[in-house]
This record gives sequence, C-alpha cells and structure tokens, in this order.
Amino acid sequence: MKSYVLSTASAIAVCAAGVASADGHAEAEVLHYWTSGGEAKSVAVLQEEFAANGGTWTDMPVAGGGGDAAGTALRARVLSGNAPTAAQIKGPAIQEWYAEGVLADISSVAEANDWANLLPASIAAHMQCEGTWCAAPVNVHRVDWIWANTEILAANGLEMPTTWDEFNAAAETLQAAGIIPLAHGGQAWQDATVFETVVLGLGGAEFYQAALVNLETEALTSDTMIAAFDQMRTMRGYVDPNFSGRDWNLATAMVMNGEAAFQIMGDWAKGEFLAAGKVPGVDFSCASTPGDGYLYNVDSFAMFSVDGDGKAAGQELLAELIMGPKFQEVFNMNKGSIPARTDVDLSGFDECAQLSAADMASTNDGGTLMPSYAHGMALFGAQSGAITDVVTAHFNSDMSSADAVQMLANAVANSM
Amino acid sequence: MTRWLQDNMPKIVLAPSFIAVMVFVYGFIGWTAWVSLTRSRLMPRYEIDSFIQYGRLADSPRFETAMVNLAIFGTLFIVIAMVLGLLLAILLDQKIRIEGAIRTIYLYPMALSMIVTGTAWKWILNPELGIEATIKGWGFANFEFKWLVDPDMAIYTVVLAAVWQSSGFVMALFLAGLRSVDEEIIKAAQVDGIPTWRVYSAIIIPSMAPIFLSAFIVLAHLAIKAFDLVIALTGGGPGYATDLPATYMYAMAFSRGDIGQAASSAMVMMLVVFTIVVPYLYSELRTKDD
Repeated sequence: MKSYVLSTASAIAVCAAGVASADGHAEAEVLHYWTSGGEAKSVAVLQEEFAANGGTWTDMPVAGGGGDAAGTALRARVLSGNAPTAAQIKGPAIQEWYAEGVLADISSVAEANDWANLLPASIAAHMQCEGTWCAAPVNVHRVDWIWANTEILAANGLEMPTTWDEFNAAAETLQAAGIIPLAHGGQAWQDATVFETVVLGLGGAEFYQAALVNLETEALTSDTMIAAFDQMRTMRGYVDPNFSGRDWNLATAMVMNGEAAFQIMGDWAKGEFLAAGKVPGVDFSCASTPGDGYLYNVDSFAMFSVDGDGKAAGQELLAELIMGPKFQEVFNMNKGSIPARTDVDLSGFDECAQLSAADMASTNDGGTLMPSYAHGMALFGAQSGAITDVVTAHFNSDMSSADAVQMLANAVANSM
Repeated sequence: MTRWLQDNMPKIVLAPSFIAVMVFVYGFIGWTAWVSLTRSRLMPRYEIDSFIQYGRLADSPRFETAMVNLAIFGTLFIVIAMVLGLLLAILLDQKIRIEGAIRTIYLYPMALSMIVTGTAWKWILNPELGIEATIKGWGFANFEFKWLVDPDMAIYTVVLAAVWQSSGFVMALFLAGLRSVDEEIIKAAQVDGIPTWRVYSAIIIPSMAPIFLSAFIVLAHLAIKAFDLVIALTGGGPGYATDLPATYMYAMAFSRGDIGQAASSAMVMMLVVFTIVVPYLYSELRTKDD
C-alpha cells in the first residue's frame, strides 16, 4: 500500500514537473465551500499534498448557504471571464456548466489513471460531459441512513427497522413510552431527505428512477407516490411539535441525548456522533433506511477552461491528487463519507463507513445505486426545488396525499 | 471660461452620480426586465422568449403564497405600526417627565438590524424556549402560543417582529409632526374650551397629512423589500408558509439556478412598488406645480 502511494506520488511529481517546466510550476485557484471545522481540515490535506508536489494553491473558500454563496461567487467569476481553475460543483450542475461551454477536459488524467474502472459506473457518469471527463469525485455520502440511539432501542425491545411498517410499529411503541420517535428538523431540504428515502423504500429503485430522476408523470401520479405521501403524513405524527426550522445537527443531538430515538439523515450526521465521543454500535446504531437501494451524494471538483500552462498543469495535478488513494482515504476519514474510488483499503474506517462501502458495491452490481434528488445529484435546481416545495408544503400542512401528487405533477411540469 | 464653469458647475458635480444611478439602477432594471423575458437558467441568456417566465410565476403555488403573504404582512404591518406609532407619539406629547429617555427607548429597536430582531423573536416565540415555556413554567400547563411553528399563523409572527422594530421610528416621525403644528391654533382651541381629543382629531392629526404619507411610504417599501427578517425569524417556513416575493426571488436566483424566474418575480415586486410610489410622486409633483 505504502509503496504504491509513494510511487503514485512520485509519478505525479514527475508528471507535474514535466508539464510545468514550460511555465514555471503548477498553480491552482480552488473555489470551494468546505469552511466548517472538519471540512476545512479535510481540504487542508489536499492543499498540503498539492504544495508537496510543487504546486501553488490559492484558496478561495466561500462560506454560507450550503454552497449557494459559492455558486454565486462562481457565476460572477465566470461571467467576468475570470473563472477559477477548479470549483466545487456536483451532480447535474456539472453538465449544466459544461453546456455553458466553460469546463476543461481532463480526460488525459482520467484515462491515464483508469478512472472508469475505479469508480462505480453511475458515479463515473456524473463526472463525464458528452464522453469527456470534466470533473473529479472526492467522496460518496450516503443519504438513506437511519440513525438510532442504541440504548433506547434496547430498553424498548426494538431492532433497527427493515420495512416502513416496522418503522411505524417501532415509532408507536416509542411514542407510548413517551419518547419522540423521530428527530427531525423542519427545513425544506430535510423534509426532502426523508421523502426520498421513503420513495426509495416503498417504490424500489426502479420506481425512484422513474419518478425522481426521469420525472415520468405516470410515476409521479401513481398509487406508490400516494403511498409515499401517506407515509410522510404518518411520520409527521412521529416528530415533536417544535420541529419547525430546527437545524439537522440539533436533531442529531436529540438522538444522542436520548430525547428521540431515530433520525433519517445522510452520513454527515455520523460526524456529530463521533465528535461527541459516541461509539458506533455501542451508543448509536446506523442502518440503511427501510427498503433496498442506495442514495448517493458525491462532492466533486470541476475544472474550468483557463489560460496558461501553469494553470493547466495545476488542473491535471489537482485531478490526479483528488482521485489519489491517499487523499481519498484521509479526506473521507475526516469527513465521515467513503472514498469514491472502490479500491481504497477501508480497514481504518468505522463500521458504518464499511457498511456504506459494501452496500455501494452491491447496489452498483444490482443496479439500485441511485443519485439523491434532495441533495442535487439527480435533477437541475429548478426541478428538484419544485419537488421539494410540494414535499415541504404537504409535510407542513394537512394537504391530502392525492392533492399532493397532483400538485407534484403540476410543479414538475411548470419547472421545465 | 470662469463664467461657463460657474453656470455649469452644478451639472458637472452631479454628472458622476447621475451616470452611476442611470447605469446601476435604471440600467440594471432594464437588464432584469430583459432577462425576465428569456429562458435563463444557471446563467443569463438573451434570446427573448415571450412571457413564459410570468406564466410560470402565475402557475406557481409558492409564488401565490408569497404574494398573499406580502398582502397580509404589508397591510397589517403598515396599519399597526402607524396606529401604534401615533398613539405612542400622542402619549409622549403630553409634556411628561424624562420624555427624552422614553423616546430613546422606543426608538432603539430601529438601531437593530432585522437579522438581530428576527433571531431574538425566534427565541422569544419558540414554544420550547420562549413565552410558552415561561408561562407553562409558572404553572399554566395548558397555555399554548405556537404561532411560529403553525403554518397558518407564522406570517403574523413576522408582522409582530416588524411592528416591534418599526413603530418607535414611526412614533418619532409623528412626534416631530405633532410638534410642528402651530401652538397658537392649539391654544386658541383650548381657550374655546374644546376637549383635548377633539383638538387631536379635528386639528392636529389632519394638519399632519404629509407626515402620514411619509410614514406610509417608508413602511411600504420596508414591507415590500422585507427579506432578512423572514430569513432570520422563520427561514420562510414552516414549509414555505412565510415566503415573501423577496425570499422567493432569492431562492430562484441563488439556490435553484433559475435566473429567469428570479428576474420575473423581481419585476413583479417592482410593479408593486410602483403602484404605491407613482401616485405619491404624482401628487407631490402636482402640488409643486400649483
């Protein structure tokens, strides 16, 4: 392992030196929104590696709005003809930017390093724009996790639910015992996160693909979708009355403190548990939400067309380092996600991460590895936003499921 | 030469700011109007495609909620802030002691930014932290005050916070107005034995009409551009129950990459402002001509 890392690193160094000699050395200006404690630490790893390979890194962190502020800064930069070398963009936004004709081609790096075979096929597809490679993946966050307070489950004789009926039954038991069954924060994206796991669980991956990726009207108005909204209505009864506007990490804290039993949230919630000194399997349990399939949320860097050999060399070096096994391992251990490349040794990761990686491999083979709509992996912003509007309006009112489904179809049509 | 300079100095001095206003205000209004007629998504595009974005606005239940909220919020905020401000001003006008101190206390909320006001009221109105929890703690176990988390009532919490912030300012405006009324008339009325409430309702308040108009214009534009208060207080929630046109515009432009929708909603907001400001300007300019 170590010698492999070393040889890759030296190969990179040689390669970078070779390209860079034309114009001084590799340089990169990187626009990203990893500004919170753990994330900033993670990105510093990349920064150090870049410097160690002789590159000059210009950091451009833009905090705020879960990337909205960074997106605005990026648009301003591109419009003024001064694009950064690389920017943190993900999902279909990569193709949206490609359609604007501003992305660079990094196929040479990708092909030289055999990315196509290192990445799960559907994730690789996100990194490609009309056959060329235009972005490098950093990590894979799993979205369809259900977290639980192990002690509460044991005290009430409950197991991690494997079907939504089991979940509902467990929730009833907990409610009778005076425990909040589901810790949830009433923010639109959190409602959407729960909703997509319900759609995947009740409808299966094929239905999820038809409804939330391909936006087929038939699927959107089907009985399965009505059932999904019914389940959301049931779950509305399992959250505490004060959930409106709560941040997700406060909901995680409720599970930690034993106020609530479950939370449905992506694996960034694990970081909260670990930071509080909780041990997976002892203090808290992790499992995929009821049903088969896997919803992923992949962070990635897209490279922009820029002038200058130094910058081009910087892009190649950056792409190579991002997909490098060392960075993928260190970064993801810090961030709570798993490496996007499938050949990284996971022995240093916790059991939740190992489960995530095993499920990613099996769902990739089974064709049930699906992009998360709630986290901008499946749809353009206008469409996913339109769906989220309906989901959150339904969850926060007494709208019937039949009305919600009709509204969903209208909203999707109106967003095109 | 000096003569020419003397004649044209005001124009030369004003020219830079005039050009800046033309470009950065009217120029960009024009640009937004143009973009609102296109199918712009992530980046602005310039091929005009009729009124499709306005059609999408009309079909959007969320924008409808935002406009209804603007009507509720605008009306209640302006009316309550003006009534409360006038009442406070009249009470303060009774030649009371330490008037200066009291005036400052009422005016102080205006010194806070809307973000601070919103955050403070978010805690005050939070059922588990604020008023409800406190009164329950006093032993009234059945007391409920859940407006903040109730989708039907949440918009009224925005009104509450905005009124708290602005009524002191309205009070200061009205107080200045009350003081500007000619003392002689009031004394004459008092000599004639007219009761105080009649003095206010028949003499002082009618003579303050221009102050009412100014207060209305200030409050109306605060209401229409209200954004930070909603973001801090409710974040637009529960669901999108407290969305206003400004927060809708922000969501479309910056979260969803739907610039066409954002531009068209901005144009609608501007039209709302115009329907209020244009009659005002018209009446102002006409009185000057007389």
